[in-house]
Amino acid sequence: MAETLRQRPVYRNIHISQIVAYRLPPAGIVSILHRVSGVLMFLLLPFVIWLFDHSVTSEISYARYAAVFKSGIGVLPGWFMKLVALALIWAYLHHLIAGLRHLWMDATHAVTKEFGHTSAVVTLALSVALTLGLGFKLFF
Amino acid sequence: MAEQNFGSRRTVVGAHYGLRDWLSQRITAALMALFTLAVIVQVLLPGEMGYDKWAGIFSRQWMKVLTFVVIVSLLVHVWVGMRDVWMDYVKPVGVRLALQVFTIAWLVGCAGWAIQVLWRL
Repeated sequence: MAETLRQRPVYRNIHISQIVAYRLPPAGIVSILHRVSGVLMFLLLPFVIWLFDHSVTSEISYARYAAVFKSGIGVLPGWFMKLVALALIWAYLHHLIAGLRHLWMDATHAVTKEFGHTSAVVTLALSVALTLGLGFKLFF
Repeated sequence: MAEQNFGSRRTVVGAHYGLRDWLSQRITAALMALFTLAVIVQVLLPGEMGYDKWAGIFSRQWMKVLTFVVIVSLLVHVWVGMRDVWMDYVKPVGVRLALQVFTIAWLVGCAGWAIQVLWRL
């Protein structure tokens, strides 16, 4: 008995180098992307406020805001700034939808395995589809 | 064997157990979702999108109040979230403290800037 107990697998903290070998379920992917999208928006917050500032302050600043995505800013070309905006769009959508999923689970105690799985798949599908749609509008 | 100190038997005295942070993160999230909806609806209202329409959305008094509340909400929400990230991944106390100080400075600076923009509209 003690022999079989000792042979059971031991799960320690996952080291960063082992991450790729782990197969995450959809809910796990939604969870880690919730973090990634949150940190991304935290780091890009000054850029977002810069856009807000220039888009509302005056017509001249509005033109400058629009030019960022046409002719770029500094050494960064317009298409790159559009990619940054697209990353922000994805991060916002993913964070919002995954957050609403959290609120729904908290409010209704919907914690079945099935709901966790299907709602995670819906979150991923919806955020990617909306990002693609808005990305199409942004680039074409 | 130590006595069970979790779940319904947890001794809830002497320290915070994160309920306030958890709750404030949810409430601020709901406020920001509401703000998002308010902006989307006004953007989709008839009229060509340009400076006048966009700046007009944020110059209405109720929208200014809502945007102000959302800026403060964002400050609280992101603080709780980033603190969670640092607590989970950064173990050396000194580095974690430095990152937390950076987070507070970054967020207060951003919030101040955003409020300044809102103020002069």
